[in-house]
Amino acid sequence: MSHAADTTADKTADDTLSVTGQASARGDTDDVLVEVRGLTRRFDVSSAWLNRVVRREGKRILTAVDGVEFDVKRGETYALVGESGSGKSTIAKMVVGLLEPSAGHVCIDGTDPAGAERAAMRALRRRIQMIFQDPYASLNPRWRVADIVGEPIRMFDLARGEAVGKRVGALLEQVGLSVGDATKYPHEFSGGQRQRIGIARALASEPELIVCDEPTSALDVSVQAQVLNLMRDLQRDLGLTYLFITHDLSVVRYMADTIGVLYLGRLVESAPREALFTRPAHPYTRMLLDAAPRLDGFGRVHATDGGEVPDPIDPPSGCHYHPRCPVATQRCEREYPPRRQVGGSEVACFEAERIRQY
Amino acid sequence: MVGNATEADDDVLLRVHDLVVEIPTRHGTLRPVDRVGFTVRRGEILGVVGESGAGKSITGAAIIGLLDRPAHISGGSVTLAGTRIDGLSERELQRVRGARIGTVFQDPSTSLDPLKTIGDQLAETALAHLPITRREARERALQALVDVGIPAAAERLDAWPHQFSGGMRQRVVIALALIAEPELIIADEPTTALDVSVQAQVLTLLRRLCTDRGVGVMLVTHDMGVVAETTDRVAVLYAGRVAEIGPTRQVLTDAAHPYTRGLMGSTPDTSPDRDIGDRLVQIPGAMPGLTAVPAGCAFHPRCPSAMSICAMREPPVTVLGDTAVRCWLHEDL
Repeated sequence: MSHAADTTADKTADDTLSVTGQASARGDTDDVLVEVRGLTRRFDVSSAWLNRVVRREGKRILTAVDGVEFDVKRGETYALVGESGSGKSTIAKMVVGLLEPSAGHVCIDGTDPAGAERAAMRALRRRIQMIFQDPYASLNPRWRVADIVGEPIRMFDLARGEAVGKRVGALLEQVGLSVGDATKYPHEFSGGQRQRIGIARALASEPELIVCDEPTSALDVSVQAQVLNLMRDLQRDLGLTYLFITHDLSVVRYMADTIGVLYLGRLVESAPREALFTRPAHPYTRMLLDAAPRLDGFGRVHATDGGEVPDPIDPPSGCHYHPRCPVATQRCEREYPPRRQVGGSEVACFEAERIRQY
Repeated sequence: MVGNATEADDDVLLRVHDLVVEIPTRHGTLRPVDRVGFTVRRGEILGVVGESGAGKSITGAAIIGLLDRPAHISGGSVTLAGTRIDGLSERELQRVRGARIGTVFQDPSTSLDPLKTIGDQLAETALAHLPITRREARERALQALVDVGIPAAAERLDAWPHQFSGGMRQRVVIALALIAEPELIIADEPTTALDVSVQAQVLTLLRRLCTDRGVGVMLVTHDMGVVAETTDRVAVLYAGRVAEIGPTRQVLTDAAHPYTRGLMGSTPDTSPDRDIGDRLVQIPGAMPGLTAVPAGCAFHPRCPSAMSICAMREPPVTVLGDTAVRCWLHEDL
């Protein structure tokens, strides 16, 4: 990426101030912050060596992520949607550098977290943060909120002495908590408030990219609404970029600019929000949309295929979705369809045009 | 709560009247269920909806006599097809559970014995509750698997629970709940652990069994979309109390209680006909804990329409056509 160097220089200049400098980059629609190419991750899920020999088994390899490609534009929200076994959380871990890809790469503003030098990685770490699903498990119960939120500030030397406490207070107010909450422990807060603490901690290092792994799945709907609204406000105010991982299409519809649909480790469709919800191009996307309950769906009859996500260790041949697909042909059993442009979507399906009609 | 006091009694399968569950603690007595009332008719699905802490699961547990000590029923009544079932002995309750009330819980793996084949579990349950032979029980087990849509049911009779996928396991649990031909099914978040495509299948199945066999279903859920698509009537619970109860379509499209309106507004939706708008409606705060239920209407600190009386006195039940609501907005003051 050619513009990478000057953006980085920009960053160091106003490093200690705030992240408002990024807002200027938002209008530029071609500005890609995260580039994911051919991303693949395999896990060895074989039994122990001796057991394999005794039972004459081969190695068992689970391909959790298989050749996934997408771009996340600066200042936008890219959502990855999928059911269990789709590989969405594995992708999230690879993007933040918690897991190395087996093949392919992630490129964040010109830097690949897997291949980066120590110093470059440290610089990158500051710019990428993560929000986790379970606000009860992701906060250290023995630390006060001031320490939880203050740690990244000290880590990255963004402030010293009294300034740290001031910054913590400002962050807490920014996420809808009060300055006085800094002296409390996580157990004194409700689930929604804990997720706010998690968000404040993520914001503490003044990141550009926040990877959100099911951030509201553990919350009640009224609290989920508060957190989703907060996340959107923060994005607008700070120019944040989100990679949003979820199984819930309704949340995606509210949060995402662009949506990628995963099925058994492969990205089957990627489309802007409106295109995906009004004219889904992949039969799997269509089925997902149909299956999601609607608030006005009184007595609605679902056209579900009766199938389930198959065992990811032994996925179907060709297009993984073909055994459940209403428009599958023999070709779909043999070949994996390449991605192509149909309508507003980029879709991996031979029969995408037919989906529109039936 | 009133609801349906006037309707013909023989249609009502389950009647819960002013049910109170209390938990004595060192710091005083907690009331997770506070004068809850509703009915379930034959062939009807009643949704019981609420957020965590609303008391929906504990209401279900109280009905089937599975409250964890020291929680206990301290008031009201539970009547199944005209017979009181609260206050029965544990032995009598065991006869009611399974035979007359089937249960389906959130996590299918905890409802199945991992050390017994699917067929054996089904047959044993049938034998325990019905006057039939082993052979008949086995046949019944097979039929039950066919009824819940398990493919190649005859071969899978001898399969173990771990050989089934999550969705198939939940179908087996439903088969287990139905095998002794109960009149009522209590399903507590039956699809919460399942993928959305499987959820649609399981709910469709529940719906069909309800229509075909005239079974009454009490469906406990947190998901307003599931309520809309699956239930005939709905009771909205807040802090252990019924905020509003009535026909699902009416309650969801023209809610009488501010909490129901807030819940609907804060739920993101995939419906193509609904404008998602720019912001979700926010209800400030969170459900109160059992130790700090506000005085008056429990919802008043979060309510956008709260008046001074709401903090002082609990609202009475107001009947508005088919719905009943506990809210001062509907009382002439």
